[in-house]
Amino acid sequence: MTALVIRGGHLIDPAAGVDLPKDILLKDGRVADIAGPGKLKATNGAEVLDATGLVVAPGLIDMHVHLREPGQCHKETIATGTAAAAAGGFTSVAAMPNTTPVNDSPETTRWMQAPERGAVVRVFPIAAATRCSKGETINDYAALKAAGAVAVSDDGLPILKDGVMRETLAAAARVGLTVIQHAEDTRITQTPEKVASMNAGATSFKLGLRGWPSEAESAIVERDIRLVAGLRETRAHLHVAHISTAAAIAAVRQARRNGLRVTCEVTPHHFLLTDEHVGFYNTHAKMCPPLRSAADRDALIEALLDGVIDAIATDHAPHAVHEKEVEFERAPNGIIGLETALGLSLRWLHKEWKMPLGRVLSFLSAQPAALLGLKNRGTLTEGSYADVVVFDPKAEWTYRASEGKSKSRNTPFDGFAMQGKVRWTISEGRVAYSAEGA
Amino acid sequence: MSPTTVKPRRPLPTPPVAASPFPYNPGSLLSCQDLTLEALSHLLARATALENQDPLTRSRILAKRRIALLFYESSTRTRTSFELAAKGLGADTTLVSSLSSSIEKGESLKDTGLTLRALGAEAIILRHNSSGAPWLLEAETHLPVLNAGDGMHEHPTQALLDLRTMLAHLRPGIESITAETLAGVTVTITGDILHSRVARSNMMLLPRLGARVILCGPRELLPDVAAQAGPGIEVERDFEAALAQSQVAMMLRIQAERLAGLQLDLEEYKAAYQLTGQRLAELAPKALVLHPGPIIRGLELTADVADGPQSAILEQVKNGVAIRMAVVERALTANDEGGRA
Repeated sequence: MTALVIRGGHLIDPAAGVDLPKDILLKDGRVADIAGPGKLKATNGAEVLDATGLVVAPGLIDMHVHLREPGQCHKETIATGTAAAAAGGFTSVAAMPNTTPVNDSPETTRWMQAPERGAVVRVFPIAAATRCSKGETINDYAALKAAGAVAVSDDGLPILKDGVMRETLAAAARVGLTVIQHAEDTRITQTPEKVASMNAGATSFKLGLRGWPSEAESAIVERDIRLVAGLRETRAHLHVAHISTAAAIAAVRQARRNGLRVTCEVTPHHFLLTDEHVGFYNTHAKMCPPLRSAADRDALIEALLDGVIDAIATDHAPHAVHEKEVEFERAPNGIIGLETALGLSLRWLHKEWKMPLGRVLSFLSAQPAALLGLKNRGTLTEGSYADVVVFDPKAEWTYRASEGKSKSRNTPFDGFAMQGKVRWTISEGRVAYSAEGA
Repeated sequence: MSPTTVKPRRPLPTPPVAASPFPYNPGSLLSCQDLTLEALSHLLARATALENQDPLTRSRILAKRRIALLFYESSTRTRTSFELAAKGLGADTTLVSSLSSSIEKGESLKDTGLTLRALGAEAIILRHNSSGAPWLLEAETHLPVLNAGDGMHEHPTQALLDLRTMLAHLRPGIESITAETLAGVTVTITGDILHSRVARSNMMLLPRLGARVILCGPRELLPDVAAQAGPGIEVERDFEAALAQSQVAMMLRIQAERLAGLQLDLEEYKAAYQLTGQRLAELAPKALVLHPGPIIRGLELTADVADGPQSAILEQVKNGVAIRMAVVERALTANDEGGRA
């Protein structure tokens, strides 16, 4: 494998506490050397990337994506989804199991990681916690972990039954896997007669849409925290997916004070938008959990700033155009996010809310790596994987969904101002995305 | 995962909500909120003028223009009055209902709309069981879309005909309306507010003319959050207290088809919220009684009230034809007037 030198850039590696001009040598898929500007040795024959004026950082890690393969390839494939990831600066994505069939087996877990899928960045499968994600029978976590699963989740659906969730947490803890819960009490949000399609509040009342109350999230988070407290000695790890309400944040905050292993992620759309962004039935603003009230959104921002939230994840959920061009109540949940996460995070967290760049990047790389136990990723030190993003932190640009790499276009951020343009994304030493070739 | 020294600085800027692109077509009537007070005055004036016009002259206004009625829900008065209104102006109308059309075969609303447009429809009158469907149809076809009721959301022509009825009784002879036209008037809307598009359209429209709107009903049918829907809206659980303050009592039907599993004790409901002759005589002997229909005699109101001297229920139905003539005329002529809303 050829060697690659990234020269003249400014290295920001929050996990290693580095924020300095550095040159980097990548060789055989790993970081071979890091030195001051012009000080690298043994660079003969290496391809050189000129990163003058650019930030060099650990490749981003998205711990929550839907790649739709196997089974829903009209929405996305592993190849197109990872191309979108690379364009967004991501070198690792954790793929949720709600595919067709549900990824609840070592075979599917391995199949998703096979070279034939054409992934341009690393795909880490998250396996179903229960058989077919029906919330009844737990899967063989040791076998799933051996096949490459990095966590278990029934995402898209909650693990509703107390006993099953308790068993899931205990069994996952025995093999050192995180349980990622989609916290939605579907007994409240989805009855046979009515399915909630947006946040419950003044806006849903005005629009005449059935509402999804915040308690349907916080009740599950609170129940799960009680279960984790009961399993304290097992080191059970609960991770709350796409947290969206002030009440759930308060529960996680208290659990952390009590020393429990409870973590959570937030999506850019939940910390930026509110239920008013649904406008007049914009199905590109329909997802699960839904966009919340301004008070909830403010609580999410505060939790990002004070560290109660651990990671930014996109919940990248592609749907074909025709699937979203329907009545709001009938439209499927979800929006794409891989190509906007960095641009939105830098535009708002860094530029508007003055969060240091290193901290923003930590939410998008070091911290998700730690949550999923990805060794030698989310940092750039000698010997770690050569997963790198090189971007211009000052570049301002306008996102156009039609120009994206994802197969789908369902996003409320079309036309939004972004900050920070990815120049190169390097996955294990190979250039997975280059802005010049775009 | 470490805590940090970054402190939230409030208020933090966040992305603004984009301006609504609706309506795409100046002839559309999706919501009464799309109408300025000036446009409202004009519509009310046209309703009166058209109603009084010689039928033969009137029938030349939209002679042979094509209007489609697309109905995903059953309807008696709205469908008939839209049809009579369009035909009264000379237009050709065609009715497409969800039963007996390709909708049954799974054709989407978008495709049905594009098909109607290709068939030459110049405007579509849509009744749909999903809130927001007219917005989707308008965005996809860019035709004038007239909202004839969408799910639990809006029923703008009903609010307009209710307004016409109220003005005839409370402000007879008034020429043009302003933000004070209904100052001092309290309208109580009672019943199944949660599922009612009539309630939503009225509660958003009437306060713009200075009226005070009281919403009344049990919590299951009227959430507290309704009071935040807009200015000039209050929630009062005590029907008799609300009635005593009202110049207009608008009663609503319990919508069994939208209750979605909700259990309601109808005897308790009647005891608390039924408009009886006795309540009306004692608490609001001069109030105007309105009901959008269909009425269920003996449930939300008693037969003597429905048929009594204070009831304007059939007058509302009659006003529906006049209002819808004005709305249909606007749909096909708004473009000629340089996009006049």
